[in-house]
Amino acid sequence: MIINHPLLGPRDAQEFTYLGDASLIDRPDWQAPDAARTFYEYHYLRDNPAGEHRELWFHEQGDRSWLVVTRNTLTHEITKVELAREVARTRGRSA
Amino acid sequence: MRYSGFKVIKEALTGHKGWTPAWRDPAPQADYDIVIIGGGGHGLATAYYLAKQFGGKRIAVLEKGWIGGGNVGRNTTIIRSNYLLDGNEPFYEFSLKLWEGLEQDFNFNAMISQRGILNLIHTDAQRDAFIRRGNAMMLNGADAELLSVAQIRARYPFMNFDNARFPIKGGLAQHRGGTVRHDAVAWGYARGADARGVDIIQNCEVTGFRIENGICKGVETSRGFIGASKVGCAVAGSSGRLMAKAGMRLPIESHVLQAFVSEGLKPVMPGVVTFGAGHFYCSQSDKGGLVFGGDIDGYNSYAQRGNLPVVEDVVESGMALFPMLGRVRLLRMWGGIMDMSMDGSPIIDRTHIGGLYFNGGWCYGGFKATPASGWCFAHLLARDEPHPVATAYRFDRFEKGRMIDEKGMGAQPNLH
Repeated sequence: MIINHPLLGPRDAQEFTYLGDASLIDRPDWQAPDAARTFYEYHYLRDNPAGEHRELWFHEQGDRSWLVVTRNTLTHEITKVELAREVARTRGRSA
Repeated sequence: MRYSGFKVIKEALTGHKGWTPAWRDPAPQADYDIVIIGGGGHGLATAYYLAKQFGGKRIAVLEKGWIGGGNVGRNTTIIRSNYLLDGNEPFYEFSLKLWEGLEQDFNFNAMISQRGILNLIHTDAQRDAFIRRGNAMMLNGADAELLSVAQIRARYPFMNFDNARFPIKGGLAQHRGGTVRHDAVAWGYARGADARGVDIIQNCEVTGFRIENGICKGVETSRGFIGASKVGCAVAGSSGRLMAKAGMRLPIESHVLQAFVSEGLKPVMPGVVTFGAGHFYCSQSDKGGLVFGGDIDGYNSYAQRGNLPVVEDVVESGMALFPMLGRVRLLRMWGGIMDMSMDGSPIIDRTHIGGLYFNGGWCYGGFKATPASGWCFAHLLARDEPHPVATAYRFDRFEKGRMIDEKGMGAQPNLH
């Protein structure tokens, strides 16, 4: 698979390390009264879709940036690659 | 019809006219006591033990395609019980004991071959870990033996013992481990279940669940609604997709695992060997092909095909261990979809929906578990309580912090 890095251009997926579902950006509030429940769901439960899937890839052997890759789990086709930093910012998770 | 040597000779002399289909092809009835979704090894074993061991009455197995056409048809056929943790070792040892009596039990030749499995040791720390594991195995009634380099050399003279990075320093052997003809496992269980009245319904895809007031009343299928008092799901890599139809999110990701087989060779590999340093395992099939595999591809996939980097990784590991592999041509490779659970261990449990039961999350170790998985799932379906050796395989273990994390990788399904 080739991941089209937004800053560096097309790179081989072997340069990257996979983390999992991009919903891992949305870390719950640890001070909320239902934090135990929300952290359990955040940490362990997955939608696991067959089809389009947004996921986190770490450019470990490159610029060490985190990417949000939109990939089809049935065909391996990659349709969108974003910097995870930008995604987190638009969701108000990062300065 | 019982198979026997006498029957084979009789049929050979009379033109093979007396053989009958090994199982019926019934139309689905309007309702059943128990419906099992998934006609693979685990689903068929569940039906077989329900009918044989737990006195189940009206049972159906629903299969989307043909039985045994899923993961049980594309694995590397290894059986073993060399686990460490208390939640796992009694279960897998129970499974290995069932394997040992399986062919007599269901009167079908599954070509069970206890040729032994050997986990190689490359470092002193790994030796300590394997000694501990061997002791844990023996405490649970399994067999384990620590082998010296000389003992391994006698059996596997062609291995690369003096590899600069991964010298072989010994090995942990389980002589009762081995291989099985995987298709025959599905066929043997199907035949045994069918003979005891189980309806095996192929080409019947489950498209949804009928759930009323938190109770599952049956399943919607491509062949109409089928009512059931209890529904058990055993669909291997499709668990996430199927349970989503019941509104459930699981502690599971689906990943693809590739396996490989070489051209047929004369007998060279006496048993199963695993390369602890690089995650590679290899055995030789009865047809002569070297069957081997390694890590999963490591990202969510339903594609049923892998990518080249893992092929290279597996073959590199293979070459590091068996330099002779470089002269062997690869015949084919295939990918199956695995339920990778968050701690690498399976789930056999009730769900929060009444009458709906789940069996899945086998990661890539589901084949060796087939008999025990079927037995324990049948126990749960029949008696509504977990079997003693499967009490740890509950959904709530993640929430309660009682994970069975055999590899110590945490909640990282792609690392198990």
